[in-house]
Amino acid sequence: MLHRESGVFKTSYGADMAVFPLPIAKGAMAALTVLFVAVVPIAFSEYHLSILNLILIAVVGALGLNILVGYTGQISIGHGALMSVGAYTAANLITRLHAPFWLALPAGGAMAAVIGAIIGIPSLRIKGLYLAIATLAGQLIIEWVINHVPWISGGVQASIEVPRPTVFGVPLRSQAQLYLFLLFFTALAIAATINLMRSRIGRAFIAIRDQDIAAEIIGIDIFRYKLWAFAISSFYAGVTGVLYTYYLGIANYEQFQIGVSIDYLAMIIIGGLGSVLGSILGATFVTLLPIATRWGLEAAGGVFFSVADLANIIPNLRLIMFGGLIIVFLAVEPEGLNRLWRNILSYFRVWPFSY
Amino acid sequence: MTHTMVKTILYAVAAAGGISFVGAATAQQKEVVIGEQCDRTGPTQIVGVNLCPAIRDYVNLVNSKGGIEGYKIKLDELDNEYKVPAAVEAYERHKAEGAVSIMIYGTPQTQALTQKLNEDKIPGTSPGFGTAAAANGSRYPYLFPIAATYWSQGAAAVQFVKEKLGGNLAGKKIAYLYYDNPAGHEPIVILEDLQKSEKFELKTFAVPPPGVEMGAQVLDIAQRFRPDFVIAHLFGRSPSVAMKELKRAGYPLSKVVGMVWASAEPDIEAAGGWAVAEGYHTIQFAGVGDDYPVRKEIVAMYKAEGKEPPKEMANTVYYNRGLLIGAVHVEAIRNAIKAKGGAQPTGEDVKKGFEAINDVTLGGLVPPMHLSAADHEGGGWVQVFQVKGGKFVKETDWFRAYPDVLARELKAAE
Repeated sequence: MLHRESGVFKTSYGADMAVFPLPIAKGAMAALTVLFVAVVPIAFSEYHLSILNLILIAVVGALGLNILVGYTGQISIGHGALMSVGAYTAANLITRLHAPFWLALPAGGAMAAVIGAIIGIPSLRIKGLYLAIATLAGQLIIEWVINHVPWISGGVQASIEVPRPTVFGVPLRSQAQLYLFLLFFTALAIAATINLMRSRIGRAFIAIRDQDIAAEIIGIDIFRYKLWAFAISSFYAGVTGVLYTYYLGIANYEQFQIGVSIDYLAMIIIGGLGSVLGSILGATFVTLLPIATRWGLEAAGGVFFSVADLANIIPNLRLIMFGGLIIVFLAVEPEGLNRLWRNILSYFRVWPFSY
Repeated sequence: MTHTMVKTILYAVAAAGGISFVGAATAQQKEVVIGEQCDRTGPTQIVGVNLCPAIRDYVNLVNSKGGIEGYKIKLDELDNEYKVPAAVEAYERHKAEGAVSIMIYGTPQTQALTQKLNEDKIPGTSPGFGTAAAANGSRYPYLFPIAATYWSQGAAAVQFVKEKLGGNLAGKKIAYLYYDNPAGHEPIVILEDLQKSEKFELKTFAVPPPGVEMGAQVLDIAQRFRPDFVIAHLFGRSPSVAMKELKRAGYPLSKVVGMVWASAEPDIEAAGGWAVAEGYHTIQFAGVGDDYPVRKEIVAMYKAEGKEPPKEMANTVYYNRGLLIGAVHVEAIRNAIKAKGGAQPTGEDVKKGFEAINDVTLGGLVPPMHLSAADHEGGGWVQVFQVKGGKFVKETDWFRAYPDVLARELKAAE
């Protein structure tokens, strides 16, 4: 949040764990709510809302992966495939049983949670790079199954078209309607993650990340909590897949291949491992950076190059800038955008009397 | 981190915030916008870097001749890197710019945009990719394959093989070597259907992505199954690998026919050159080679500006496909403007313009396609070219195969 107290005045654990540490935080939250619910959908154009929608979906996925990688210290390169599990589960429910979104969304998440927990079983014995390879196998197996089992994937071209979600009888079509739909679930995901990390389960996750043997000694059932971490994280991934399916109107596993898993890992590493705000910043950064660099290049590039050359230069230069900026941000602050933001806040905590 | 560093970053952020999106200036002249998606940096860049400049060259050519019925064409090209979110963003920007037709790029991207096209009433094209079922215009009103789908290509391949093997396939063996993804699977249903009526033996050989390792499959084909013909449906780098491996296993490439994405100059060159690929057959949905008047006009246009013609023109397969895409869009918009008596067309008008396309042959580069409200594929015409003496030599004229089988499968897919 934007505000900081001028020093550390907490005297109880309760105060330390509070979601809103200061009374002003509630006001800020209310202002943010008004901004995102009332102002943004009116002030933004369809095009800008569509970008915002992509960010909202990415935030949910990044939060989920951060629970696993950032908070529990496990790794997964299979989250792209888990999104497709959610997507196909929901698509099948929607097309075969005409399930409404309030059924399809949790069902997609739950199915992904079950599959994710199974993929997570190797984590009980192996760690680090070895676990990464095991989850990679999960990604490939899921892709193969969807590709080869028409009962799941709908046969030709492995894609299932779904109708738009209907809320109170209104089908959500425009970007503004979809924005509010997605915003609701993204806000829910953020609130759930914040509160999960304040709970016993969240503290167990963090204990496992910091030192799993020590965690076991103090009585945390590692077996159970590691699988919980995989299941919860995969639930988020599944919901991300369902949101994508609703947003695009189609479930297609080619949207969730290995590259997507890597993209989401990049989001949380750039944003900051083990932080909610980091997930949001990372998802925003990775989604927006290619678009923003293109805007910049289009605005500046016309001065130097012809249109035909520019068409070739922009996509290539954009990739170079994208990679370069990621390196710059990580070199400036290896702990990610979240830490960068906190540094800025603590700089202003005593500003302008810093000495 | 020191406070000076924080300050530096704050300045940087403030400066970055200053760069804002500069929208296109509204032109005084009458213009129509075509949204073009391309992949110049992603996994299919080998296609994009040759195909997209061709589209731009064709549009420039039309503009240099006064545009379409007095309207200048504005081509809004965005790179989607073969990624779905990027394609969605690009589409929304095309829409915001007022595009009346969209050139989609890539199968997953086509899938992701299909519903949006219907809702926004903007026609989009997916030449040579996308779903075969999209040929059915009543089911996908705003999606236009405008070229032979994978089903038509599969049927055409069988017909071609039949002719090569003396007009009768009964008792013959055909191997289908394919990339193991949805697009690779798609023609199988047609091949299996034809297997029954033509009574040949079909065996499928899947190559898992990324398709650069197929030694086992090729050995299986060349030494165990020993087919009379191989139909190869491969993408990216895998066609070159297939040619090399088949050659190494001693299988004659003159008994191999590649589908449309296994059939360009870069594939031949990467396989080790024209001498290696001698005899290889390729299915094409646009004319191949330099011998078309429109290519000469483009060279003349460049010469008139005092420039050399672009090097992309040497890749005639992809370049000519770009010309086909450009020509079909321009023709659709022309039909739309004419139908409205010169008024600014909307996406809906251009959709009807697409459905009125009839014989835009471009001197033989484009097949004699005939689009209608029901048929968005235009017949599914292809030509076969063979690698012979260092270039592609035309083997057949435009033809379409087994229309009754395709119609039946389209009906079944509804």
